[in-house]
Amino acid sequence: MSGISAEQVAHLAQLARIDLSPEEILSLTTELDQIVDSVAKVTAVATPDVPATSHPIPLQNVFRPDVVGETLTLEQALQNAPAHDGSRFKVSAILGEEQ
Amino acid sequence: MSDNTRDIIRLSAADLGARIASGAVTSVQATQAHLDRIDAVDGAVHAYLHVAPELALAAAARVDAQIAAGEKLGPLAGVPIAVKDVLVTTDMPSTSGSKILEGYLSPFDATVVKKVREAGLIPLGKTNMDEFAMGSSTEHSAYGPTHNPWALDRIPGGSGGGSAAAVAGYEASIALGSDTGGSIRQPAHVTGTVGVKPTYGAVSRYGAIALASSLDQIGPVSRTVLDSALLQDIIGGHDPRDSTSLRTEWPSMADAARNANVQGLKIGVIKQLQGDGFQAGVLNRFTEALELLVANGAEIVELDAPSFEHAIAAYYLILPAEASSNLAKFDSVRFGLRVNPQGGGTVEDVMSATRDAGFGPEVKRRIILGTYALSAGYYDAYYGSAQKVRTLVQRDFAAAFSQVDVIASPTAPTTAFKLGEKLNDPLAMYLNDIATIPANLAGIPGITLPAGLADEDGLPVGIQFLAPAHEDARLYNVGGALEQLLVAQWGGHLLEQAPDLLELIAAAAEEGAR
Repeated sequence: MSGISAEQVAHLAQLARIDLSPEEILSLTTELDQIVDSVAKVTAVATPDVPATSHPIPLQNVFRPDVVGETLTLEQALQNAPAHDGSRFKVSAILGEEQ
Repeated sequence: MSDNTRDIIRLSAADLGARIASGAVTSVQATQAHLDRIDAVDGAVHAYLHVAPELALAAAARVDAQIAAGEKLGPLAGVPIAVKDVLVTTDMPSTSGSKILEGYLSPFDATVVKKVREAGLIPLGKTNMDEFAMGSSTEHSAYGPTHNPWALDRIPGGSGGGSAAAVAGYEASIALGSDTGGSIRQPAHVTGTVGVKPTYGAVSRYGAIALASSLDQIGPVSRTVLDSALLQDIIGGHDPRDSTSLRTEWPSMADAARNANVQGLKIGVIKQLQGDGFQAGVLNRFTEALELLVANGAEIVELDAPSFEHAIAAYYLILPAEASSNLAKFDSVRFGLRVNPQGGGTVEDVMSATRDAGFGPEVKRRIILGTYALSAGYYDAYYGSAQKVRTLVQRDFAAAFSQVDVIASPTAPTTAFKLGEKLNDPLAMYLNDIATIPANLAGIPGITLPAGLADEDGLPVGIQFLAPAHEDARLYNVGGALEQLLVAQWGGHLLEQAPDLLELIAAAAEEGAR
């Protein structure tokens, strides 16, 4: 077993900004442990002499001329916002009390 | 349903396009026939998340007017098309199968949607899919599963089960899909239809809600090889809005399908893609299809691809890693759901509550897995190693394609399983993609087409062909040739052997009433 603990899953959930319930953390701990176990075998064949591939068909220097293209209007940019004031996205407090 | 409707919906997209062009059928008639079919069957199939009858009929009327005015339009002008919900549209909601995007209206069209509109195709609606394309059965859709038109208690494949079921159930002439690890090809395999994952970069991904950016590819879903070819000719080509888009000059895929000929074609068969875990009926149809190709001049070469054994493992590290990063944009600020925790909280608390409420279990599973694979201390061991396996898979393909023109394999290990059967076993679900994943890791194109029915359950089986990057035309050649031979043998397309969907629905209703 790769030994993933519930505390670790809770920490990962915090990093990923998902407020998981204790039940979700419990079931994910078991599942992740199994999944990580089964995918960990990649380490066996990935010897130091093998280069990593991040992109299937590498392209270099994909540039375009530095000219203003079509952009979204203010209205379009805000059309799906959960809350806005007509020109800006509205959110709740950025900092908590302890900060 | 009138005979006329029945005839129209059963035509291939190519034939329907030809009739519309000749004036024998109007696009409005064709569109209405499909809308009627959707009305009749989609309550039971649930291929669509959204249907847009008024928009579709208005678009069809415009095409009819253009044709009446003598304008020369493309081969699929006026033909109704279904659009996978992963592709954004300005006039229909785009949710990618997730509650977090419920009702989302994009300010722009995906490039492929723009191109099919310009070619005169008529978008009928948006098709169901596993949430953010994570799954092989559509059971992870936040809006409920799609049912396989061959057997309503079975999966239609995934993630693009909606597009495949729409085409198999005659609810659209043709459809758009996306394929990250098999999401076009595996649904085609279990529904007796055709699906193509083009070369990575051959079709623009602009406006496709990203799952794993180095693996995702948009492609056609259809009932015939020629139909997919015609659609790839429309949606393919360079797009300045997608920086991974290729500048390749593509030959006509439709010509490749029309002039199909396998005389002298060298077909590789990979040892690792046909052994343990493959259902007997799937292997039998595969072997027979190869024999048929050999009898018509093809040559089979046995190949070894040792790194394929590790392809699924590498995929389930790379995909969650990229997905966890791509899905970070669902932060409750600019678009999508916002859930305020009880008693309020900071923007971070709102984000966490929103993502907990808006994402389904499989999405959470993969985000957490991806976050783990990318975290300090594990990055090299997991993500780094997976990227090395990707190199090894590419090398195996390079070695294979130095000996053969195309590779053949079964498309997936089993026929359509029952809804619910693998839902609570993520690892079993992941194995569905064993034969399709290597192509995504290497960026090469793949096609699947019907090979027959499995002996043990009478359900459709597909055969997959893979070609080197940029050689998509080879797939339409070998696929077109095999389809011709099989259709001649069967006396019609495989879908003609499917049970009558209206009878299945009536039987299911009776069963439910009892």
